[in-house]
Amino acid sequence: MNFDLPEETEQLRKTVREFAEEVVRPQAEEADRKAEFPIEVVKQMGQMGLFGLPFPEEYGGMGGDFLTLCVAIEELARVDSSVAITLEAGVGLGAMPFYLFGTEEQKQQWLIPMAKGEILGGFGLTEPGGGSDAGATKTTAVLDGDEWVINGSKAFITNAGTPISKIVTITAVTGESDGKKEITSVAVPHGTPGFEVGRSYRKLGWHASDTRELAFNDCRVPLSNQVGERGHGYRNFLTILDDGRIAIAALAVGLAQGCLEDSLKYAKERQAFGAPIGAYQAIQFKLADMAMKTELARNQVYKACWMKQQGRPYKTAAAMAKVYSSEIAVEVARDAVQIHGGYGYIEEFPVARHFRDSKILEIGEGTSEVQRILIARELGLPGTYFR
Amino acid sequence: MPLSIAVCVKRVPDTAAEKKLDDGDKTLDRDSVESILNPVDEMAVEEALKLKEANEGEVTIVCAGPEGAAQQAIRKALSMGADKGVHLKDDSLHGSDAQGIAYALAQVLKKGEYDLILCGAESTDARTNLVPPAIAEHLNLPNLNFVKNVETSDGKVTAHRETDKGHDVLESSTPAVLGVVWGANEPRYPSFKGIMAAKQKPLETLSAADAEIDASKVGLDGSKTEVLEFGARSTERQKNVVDNKEGDAHVKLADFLQQQKFI
Repeated sequence: MNFDLPEETEQLRKTVREFAEEVVRPQAEEADRKAEFPIEVVKQMGQMGLFGLPFPEEYGGMGGDFLTLCVAIEELARVDSSVAITLEAGVGLGAMPFYLFGTEEQKQQWLIPMAKGEILGGFGLTEPGGGSDAGATKTTAVLDGDEWVINGSKAFITNAGTPISKIVTITAVTGESDGKKEITSVAVPHGTPGFEVGRSYRKLGWHASDTRELAFNDCRVPLSNQVGERGHGYRNFLTILDDGRIAIAALAVGLAQGCLEDSLKYAKERQAFGAPIGAYQAIQFKLADMAMKTELARNQVYKACWMKQQGRPYKTAAAMAKVYSSEIAVEVARDAVQIHGGYGYIEEFPVARHFRDSKILEIGEGTSEVQRILIARELGLPGTYFR
Repeated sequence: MPLSIAVCVKRVPDTAAEKKLDDGDKTLDRDSVESILNPVDEMAVEEALKLKEANEGEVTIVCAGPEGAAQQAIRKALSMGADKGVHLKDDSLHGSDAQGIAYALAQVLKKGEYDLILCGAESTDARTNLVPPAIAEHLNLPNLNFVKNVETSDGKVTAHRETDKGHDVLESSTPAVLGVVWGANEPRYPSFKGIMAAKQKPLETLSAADAEIDASKVGLDGSKTEVLEFGARSTERQKNVVDNKEGDAHVKLADFLQQQKFI
């Protein structure tokens, strides 16, 4: 047994923590208040190579591993979830489809600038009419000569409308076989006629993260923009989502850690009835629970990373990491607000922002319910689809 | 012309951390707190890396201190892009004051050939500002202190030093010792590639004997300064009540503000 992370991963953690404290924290409150995408911070993250962490050097990457990416996401989320999700989605959803399933030409054209943090890509899976039920995709792509003609819309797409967003990879129905929809992934560059990026959503949290609705009207892209094999769109995005789950879980751990540290500091300073509130068991037990939940979630996140990197099946471990970490993040953020009392409910301290930012973690990249379905299926229990 | 640059760095307690002094020998207890590369030294490293990028060359990091702390400081600088490290490690150095350390570092620097020797002008723990000029004195080299915007050409180095009313432009022949001022630049963050590469970069360890250091000039006994006593900073507040019995409270208040240089 060995619970120590590799030395270089710990070193990167320190570097990212420094960056988070010095560069990310000072802008977090204002970016959240103004719902402004932190383009300057993101550019600096690009220069540090964070967007290329898990990719090989030949594709502009840093030659690191998935664990190191998760640690970077964790450290950013400790301070600012909007910045953390921008990295998570940029790497896991924007660049990863090209890395895993793209042609050499696509990697040269899109993966390299993404890994260097020069451009961002989006991943268009969810539609206004369906998220968890991803097989219910309505967007279509019809082959006309050597062009895909795309019609439909996508919802809640991260990083799709930033000043450096250049492409989205979407899933579309491209036919039917054995009574099942054939789903294929196609990359659509920004500026393609018929591709429209909608306004930013007004969200409960993640205010400084860019989230858009996308519309496609007879939008034509060359056949060579197909990502992965025709008909493999569904299974490919499931692979993408398995990794995304671990990364979101890492984000949740970071948020919980930030809440724990802020609350601990506040509990030692805030006086009530002649003593710091941290001297009272009512607060101590909350903090003990927060520390315990955060640590257990972190262990499962790292274990899921380890299983993935060992080449073992990790779907269930990833689902457990995602559902547990996101749910404790919401609980820990709620307790952090409670410990801060009235000050927790105003935007004076970061915990109010953390509380708003936490809820989406139980929803994005597979809801808690979907994760439980995956775990139950692994236990050998039957499916309960109503069709 | 490729430049050979040495940067002297120090590991200091995290600026935000609560520091403790050892009751016994009255030195800083460096084990009890998280330590970081002295932020001003980081700026010296950044200045050296910029010079290297503009002129080509090699950056050598020199650090004296106990194994873990000093090597972490050197590795951080290597991960930022420096080329190699020299670690002066010897128990006899423990408790050396600024002059003792400057002498020891000078002995190490004598073993190499450098066009420029850069230091942070001060450390965030001791804040003596003595080490760069003392190194220059030991090596009999010119010293440009509290500088930024360092540039080199044809065996000369120029740098800016801020003054109350503007800045001086200083010039000297090389080799020279430069104390880089706080705020000289924004040090880069190491990339993961930099962190990985740092593991492979050469790191030489020298003992006091290797550097031909005279033991009588270093350590607690060899230091010219001695800490006699230390105590906690008083947190008592001063309260001055200005009464208006004689109708001149406004004058007293204005006098007070003037004395304190608030107005």
